[in-house]
Amino acid sequence: MLHSKRAWTDEQMNRIISVLLRSGVVAAALVVLAGGIFYLIRYGATLPDYGVFRGEPAKLRSVSGILTDALSFHTRGVIQFGLLLLVATPVARVAFSIIAFALQRDLTYAIVTVIVLAVLLYSLAGGGL
Amino acid sequence: MTILELTIFIWLGSLVAGFLGSLTGLGGGVVIVPLLALVFGVDIRYAIGASLVSVIATSSGAAAAYVKEGFSNIRIGMFLEMATTLGAFAGAALAARISTASISVIFGIVLIYSAYLSSRTQRDRLSDKPPDALATRLRMDASYPTPEGPKTYHVYAIPGGFSLMFMAGGLSGLLGIGSGAVKVIGMDQIMRIPFKVSTTTSNFMIGVTAAASAGIYLNRGYIDPGLAMPVMLGVLVGSLLGARILVGAKTRLLRIIFGGVILVLGIEMIFNGLTGRL
Repeated sequence: MLHSKRAWTDEQMNRIISVLLRSGVVAAALVVLAGGIFYLIRYGATLPDYGVFRGEPAKLRSVSGILTDALSFHTRGVIQFGLLLLVATPVARVAFSIIAFALQRDLTYAIVTVIVLAVLLYSLAGGGL
Repeated sequence: MTILELTIFIWLGSLVAGFLGSLTGLGGGVVIVPLLALVFGVDIRYAIGASLVSVIATSSGAAAAYVKEGFSNIRIGMFLEMATTLGAFAGAALAARISTASISVIFGIVLIYSAYLSSRTQRDRLSDKPPDALATRLRMDASYPTPEGPKTYHVYAIPGGFSLMFMAGGLSGLLGIGSGAVKVIGMDQIMRIPFKVSTTTSNFMIGVTAAASAGIYLNRGYIDPGLAMPVMLGVLVGSLLGARILVGAKTRLLRIIFGGVILVLGIEMIFNGLTGRL
């Protein structure tokens, strides 16, 4: 078992990262597909309007708003939640790498990875320049 | 055209883009924005948002395979991600401050440059200089699988590569593309990393780079679920199919054709930007 050892080798780390990335993409694609089917059933016959930029409504712009909208089973909210899962996949990979580097007692790379995670979370939380 | 019809056309277009992008190694993301903006008349901000999301899907999907096979160098990737994520964050912030016409023109220049790159041959530019002190300290030197067994390589010029990665991230955040081509140049030409390791590590970094600007795009309302859905699903399926066929396929002619398409799209993006149509 992996957790019975004190540290992961680079190969084990690669394998876990690989599984993490693949499951994230598959889960995101399935949620987007499911939301997409219901979205097309509901709005498929209406006319699109992507030529004019209005920006998404506030509820589809923030992590908390998307979660609320998806839980109310609004089709666009469900798709947006799937897209959020997709964005979260590389973020989860970075978070996992921090733990892996820390277990390897690789302080330099643990710090490097914390910096990358901080930038990602700051961006997702809506921070600007 | 109704939403259903448009969704099907965009899905098919994205499928072909993803398929050709992965078959030729040029990436599908770079043609998604011109496809949506020029062919389907989508506002370039929505196009960039949808493209960025599809870039995360394909890069994470492909990275899963490369990481397992031991091609990607995770230490190099993590280290350079500091530069690409900060660059992407800055690029996405800049995207909201400059006009869509300027974005089109910059996009066109990047497309033309990608077309030029696709015409060049790929070969390793390894160096036999003594190992670099910083690379040794950062434990970046490693080995990768080849038909003749594992082959070791050394990494050089980390500051130079790091600076170029900041630029690559900036372009990614500004234009909603993976900017894999610039990342590969930074690694194989400046840092002297073997081509196969450069491309797979670049792929590994693209998802994280794009995630850094996705947050900003999301908060600005650039990511429309109805539009991003067919783009993401199309590019993902297309690139998976392309990767299946890639093994042993003769892609030289395809690269030339796809490079030509990219060149034409680049000229059109610049023209439409300058005449104020985008």
